[in-house]
Amino acid sequence: MEYLPNILFAIALIAGIGYFARNVKKLIRNIKLGRDVDASDNKAQRWRNMARIALGQSKMVRRPIAGLLHVVVYVGFVIINIEVLEIILDGLFGTHRLFLDIIGKQVYGFLIGTFEILAVLVLITVVAFWMRRNVIKLKRFLSAEMKGWPKNDGNIILYFEVVLMCLFLTMNATDVPFQELNSGNVISQFIAPWFEGINENTLHIIERTAWWLHILGILVFLNYLYFSKHLHILLAFPNTYFGNLNPKGQFNNLEAVTKEVKLMMDPNADPFAAPAEGEEDEEPAKFGASDVMDLNRIQLLNAYTCTECGRCTSECPANQTGKKLSPRKIMMDTRDRLEEVGKNIDANNGEFKDDGKQLLNDYITAEELWACTSCNACVEACPVSIDPLSIIMDMRRYLVMEQSAAPMELNNMMTNIENNGAPWPYNQMDRLNWANE
Amino acid sequence: MSEQIKVPTMAECMAEGKQPEVLFWVGCAGSFDDRAKKITKAFVKLLNKSNVDFAVLGAEESCTGDPAKRAGNEFLFQMQAVTNIEVLNGYEIKKIVTTCPHCFNTLKNEYPSLGGNYKVVHHTQFLRDLLNEGRLSIEGGQFKGKRITFHDPCYLGRANNVYEAPRDLIRKLDAELVEMKSCKSRGLCCGAGGAQMFKDAEPGNKEVNIERTEQALDTKPEIIAAGCPFCNTMMTDGVKNKEKEGEIAVMDVAELIANAEDL
Repeated sequence: MEYLPNILFAIALIAGIGYFARNVKKLIRNIKLGRDVDASDNKAQRWRNMARIALGQSKMVRRPIAGLLHVVVYVGFVIINIEVLEIILDGLFGTHRLFLDIIGKQVYGFLIGTFEILAVLVLITVVAFWMRRNVIKLKRFLSAEMKGWPKNDGNIILYFEVVLMCLFLTMNATDVPFQELNSGNVISQFIAPWFEGINENTLHIIERTAWWLHILGILVFLNYLYFSKHLHILLAFPNTYFGNLNPKGQFNNLEAVTKEVKLMMDPNADPFAAPAEGEEDEEPAKFGASDVMDLNRIQLLNAYTCTECGRCTSECPANQTGKKLSPRKIMMDTRDRLEEVGKNIDANNGEFKDDGKQLLNDYITAEELWACTSCNACVEACPVSIDPLSIIMDMRRYLVMEQSAAPMELNNMMTNIENNGAPWPYNQMDRLNWANE
Repeated sequence: MSEQIKVPTMAECMAEGKQPEVLFWVGCAGSFDDRAKKITKAFVKLLNKSNVDFAVLGAEESCTGDPAKRAGNEFLFQMQAVTNIEVLNGYEIKKIVTTCPHCFNTLKNEYPSLGGNYKVVHHTQFLRDLLNEGRLSIEGGQFKGKRITFHDPCYLGRANNVYEAPRDLIRKLDAELVEMKSCKSRGLCCGAGGAQMFKDAEPGNKEVNIERTEQALDTKPEIIAAGCPFCNTMMTDGVKNKEKEGEIAVMDVAELIANAEDL
């Protein structure tokens, strides 16, 4: 019986981490449904970007209010997690405040004091975030795609953080030996008097309850991530590592097209040639993307990383002028469809069974895609290097090259380029007329 | 017929056995659009004045393929690119200057992997270099103290991080450079990019160029400066829509300098 708490703790820990690991495996499998993409170049630059953008929050603070509030929660989250290490060890070994004896009263007090101050700062910040969503009602949190689950998700995360921080402070305030130590209880000493007059036994039960709820809450939160926009706290790091390093205006040249174009331009090519040995069974590459499997793995990682902050959408010229396009919705749709495909695979013993749906039309409409000016404002705005524009372009490519479904005026423009080398119907031989006008 | 400008073609240079210092890629708008042709000429006058040894491709030039690529037609883009690269490489072109940020972006970023490697600069960068090298000088007189706001073309600014070259030139005019609320990396698009120039906008509650023009008008400018023929069209239309064309001019940076020089 003596070891019952230790055993229960170990079970909770293994279950919590185990279920999370299972979902991480699923997430990796889903991302690998995308096309392989080579990002093995410029390792040093990629690490620097991760350090600067994800760890250093450099793009968050471009919007100073939201940026600074976010930095508080971020620093609080990272630093308070040091305490979680002690809690886990205490839980497993049945110790109490294990680190106190190891690092001594002074250092321990300094650490816990810092955590307590951060906990209060996080509480204040979370209230500010909640106000921005529910009282001030910032426009970017109220767009069409933010109804229902995305809206609730944003609030649930905030409630989680309030509960966790309150439990942390309660646990310290009701810990009699810790209060008697009088080192590090910078905040909790003011909470302790609220529990005056309660006998020590009851106080101990409150302390234990807060302690257990705190660590169980953390395990639940960990497992909530996979179902939430909050995945960004982990994926922001790989996502900024894999972020685009080329100038933003450089769109990739499709290799499959290059092959065909070179063949067309080659005067020695035999148009009736049989496919080369070993290539007979190869399916011709699909041009562009109509579903998530046609996108590449970085684009799918982008979708899981998106935390739906809406900075992209608020900078989008099409969205600002009332068009349907919202770059955030492009990312949310991509993730939703990818999850749907993942569940389909789970339900069909690891095989994807055609469900008659795809990303194009069932999630993202042509009207949204054609409203894009390719101005890169969304890409520039994203604090974690997500590139909604590349998905829009890949889907346009599918519409044009696989379906010939461009708007009529664009077909005219393209016909002109084909016929006379300009988007308008002017004769190529007249290109220098301006010099003599 | 205006005063004579010298516009040698690559074919002529080749016949004379000369290799010019730089190729001026005029672009489709610069060749055919009535408004953009004025920008082309202003830039050529500056090249002539600075004794820059340049040439154009003339009838051998063809669309870079930018609007086709942004519309999703990768085939047409690559056909255009490969054809142009054959011409450019045939003339052993090393350096290209262009007055259109779309041509600039495509030639600079998207041609290399198809075999076209050139040093490509935007005309505002080229003019700034001419000034720094002392080959061109600007008399500020005409624009002294005038309020000028610069609209960042997406494919020059965000797409390629060129923000200062056009601003340096405007400052050299002794003009008062005023910034819009969205500028540089957060500049708002004029609405023409991504092949939007060639189609009607999707349903919405406003045109993008009107939104951008309103941002420009908020700075109370006398001149809206641009560095892209398409932005120029969009902003000019926006100013007309606001019935301000009597008071506010939309001009390319090259035109500002050419005017300052009385060219």
